Parts: sequence; structure tokens; C-alpha cells
Amino acid sequence: MTAPPSPALATESPAIEFDHASFQLNRRPLLQDLVLSVKQGETVVLLGRSGSGKSTSLRLINRLLLPTAGDVRVNGRRTAEWDPIRLRRSIGYVIQDGGLFPHFTVERNIALVPRIENWPQARVQERVRELLATVGLSDDLASRYPSQLSGGQRQRVGVARALAADPPILILDEAFGALDPITRSEMQKEFRALQRRMGKAVIFVTHDLREALLLADRIALLEEGRLIVDLPVAEFSRSQNPLVRAYVEAFSGL
Amino acid sequence: MNFLQFMMANRQQVLDLTLEHITLAGVATLLAALIGIPLGILITRVPQLSKPVLGGANIIQTIPSLALFGFLLPAPWIGERAGRLAILALALYALLPLIRNTYAGIRSVDPAVVEAGRAMGLTDRQLLFQVELPLASGVIVAGLRIATVVSIGLATIAAAIGAGGLGEFIFRGLAMVNNEVILAGAVPAALLALFADFALGRLERRLGSLHSKS
Repeated sequence: MTAPPSPALATESPAIEFDHASFQLNRRPLLQDLVLSVKQGETVVLLGRSGSGKSTSLRLINRLLLPTAGDVRVNGRRTAEWDPIRLRRSIGYVIQDGGLFPHFTVERNIALVPRIENWPQARVQERVRELLATVGLSDDLASRYPSQLSGGQRQRVGVARALAADPPILILDEAFGALDPITRSEMQKEFRALQRRMGKAVIFVTHDLREALLLADRIALLEEGRLIVDLPVAEFSRSQNPLVRAYVEAFSGL
Repeated sequence: MNFLQFMMANRQQVLDLTLEHITLAGVATLLAALIGIPLGILITRVPQLSKPVLGGANIIQTIPSLALFGFLLPAPWIGERAGRLAILALALYALLPLIRNTYAGIRSVDPAVVEAGRAMGLTDRQLLFQVELPLASGVIVAGLRIATVVSIGLATIAAAIGAGGLGEFIFRGLAMVNNEVILAGAVPAALLALFADFALGRLERRLGSLHSKS
């Protein structure tokens, strides 16, 4: 299981580290005593039902929330010590249906972070073309608006936008949840291939066990704000934990 | 003498009073926008203020307009010139639609889009100017449109305190029991309001289609 957190040097520290992190809202605990770490190049899937604390965990990473107890560290530094703007610009964030700006073209959506980081215009344009190719979209979509795209195309733009400034960390919240099964399966495979090439630290939130098994190096199962198991993907399906069994059985009939 | 003949015979005065009317209503609406839009933004940021601010603007609207002119008369500096007083009173009336629509427009922006922007590392200012205000602009212009039309209509009453505008003809016509003279004020005022409504309506539709370009 997870090694106890040690006062490691910053260079050795995991990209993301939950150190007995809890979060409560109006005395209601949404996340309790989470211990979990993600190394560079590793993909950890947070699996769980709605309300299990998955999304709360993600918001703790990019400091949309601060832990009410314990610590969350990014690159060895507590999120509370980070400048939130710098922290967020070093973390790519993908949400369901892309979360694109409806009044921005595809090009401006993708270029969002490079533009606010004041990259030179030529480099921004080059980067946009590069990313469109990376996520498998053709150049002539660049001038379209999100409402003129299909769901799958919007999701690809969402991934491209998250990758734009080449952040070392990527967090995805039910990223492919709004897609039809075929597009979804395509996106999953492409994302896995992309992740092998990029070697980022990835946390992927989903309630879909098959998606978790396909994408994860490790699966962390959450239930009612608590971590139930944190296992390498190969061992997950063999676990005798009753909640894991329930998941495996719920999906094995399909 | 019919209405058109009266207009032609007094065209210089009709023109002067129309310009005066536009100035009164225009400056008042501009003033209201300069106060109302920032106030509307402020109450999206400090939700505790939304009730008192919207409630206050609401109460102002319920004061009968003639009474409001009267209340402001003893105010220092403002009360010295009828024009100042009229502009302030009109601006106070125009405040509510501007505050309310700015607030409602920003609140209606999809929370997922705002959260995505925040999570990408946009600062509060960037979020406001690049995401929230552009997406709320259609609703804000709708508020500006209501404020403008209300100001043009109410500005006719400004003549009662000697601030000029097309109300001069209306009050004069009432005193003379002469419909032509009343119409010489009422018709241009109505045309002004219709024109402002049409022009701002077009702008509103253009901005509104920003989010759903197809």
C-alpha cells in the first residue's frame, strides 16, 4: 500500500501527495484522511460513486479548495503555500463536455493559458496547430465555436486546452463521461497512448470500472469520503475487499 | 394650425428641445451605467450586499417621479441647477434595471465554464473581463435598453422643474389646452424612445448570439 509520507527532498517528492488530507463543508465531511500519492509518469484513477469525494480530491489539488485538515502537496510544496494562479497554470484540467468557453473559437480556447502567460503570437499559433494534431482534429476546426462541434470534438478540444502550456500534471474529472460509447472508447485508447508518450502525472476521476482498468496504473477506490483500497491495476480485480467485489460484479454482467 | 404645421413653424425650438432631451436622458443613463454596472458586479462578488443594493434600487423606483424631483431640490450643488437635478433623478430611476441585469447576467453564466476558467489559472480580473462580462453582455445591454427607454420617457417630466427637454411643449400645451403643442413634445419623445429601443435591441441580439454562434 502507500508508503508513509517521509520528509523527502523536493526532487524526490511525488508530483501529487495527499497527506492525511480531509475536507469538510459545514461540518459535513466530504473527504476524510486521504493518503495517496502520484509520481511523475503515473496515472492514478480515483474510482467511486457520486458523493464519494472524487471531485473534492481534484479541487484540493489545484487549490479550488484547501484541506481543512492534513496537507495536499504538489511537487513537494503544500498547496496553501503555492500562488494559486501559478499552481493552476501548471496543472491541466479537463472536465466533462470540455468546459469550453462558448464565446471563444477552438483556437482561442486551446490558446487560453499560453495567451495569459504572454507567449509570443507565432509560438501560440504553432502550439495550437501542434495540439490539434495531437488530439486528432483537423486544422480547419480552429475557427469554429464550441457549439459547432460534436461532443467528441469538444472533448478533444478540452484535452488540447489542458495540454496547451505543457503542464507536468493533468487532472481529469469524468472527462469522457458525456460521450457516446464508441467515441468514448476511442478517446480512452487515444488518451492512454498519449499518456505513454507524455509521461505526465495524471489523476483521472471516473465511476466507470472499465475505464479505470483501461487507463490506470493504480486504482484508488473511494466511498463516502474515505479511501477503501489503493491497488495496482493488475491486483484490483483480484481484491477480496467487499466493495471492490461489488464493483467488479456490477460491471462483469455487461 | 395642425400639429405638423406647428412643428415646421417652430422647428428650431423643436430641434433644440430634442437635443436637450437627448442630453438629459443620455447623460443620466450613462451615469446610471457607470454606477449600476459596477454595483451589479460587486453584488455578485459580495452576495451579502445583493439584497440591500437591489432592495434600495427597488425602493427608489417606487418614489413618484415628481416627488423625487422635489426631494432633491434642497440638495446642495445638485439643487442649484435644474439640469443637474433632473439628470440625478433620472439616473436614480435607471439604476435598477442596470444593477439587476448585470447581476442576473453574470449569475446566469454556466458555473462549469467559470470553474474551468478558474481551474485553468485565470485571475479574478481575467475571469470577469474575458469570461463573465462577455457572456453576460446580452443581458446587460437588455438592462441598458430598459434604462434608456425609461429615461427618455421620464425626462419629459424634467420640464416641470425647468430643466427643459421636450416636456416643455407638453407642459405648455397642457397650460394652453392645445393638443398640437402637446403632440409637438410627445411625438418626438416617443420616436426617440422607439429608436433607442430598436438600436439597443439589435445590439442585444448580436451580443446574445455570441454564446450560441451557429
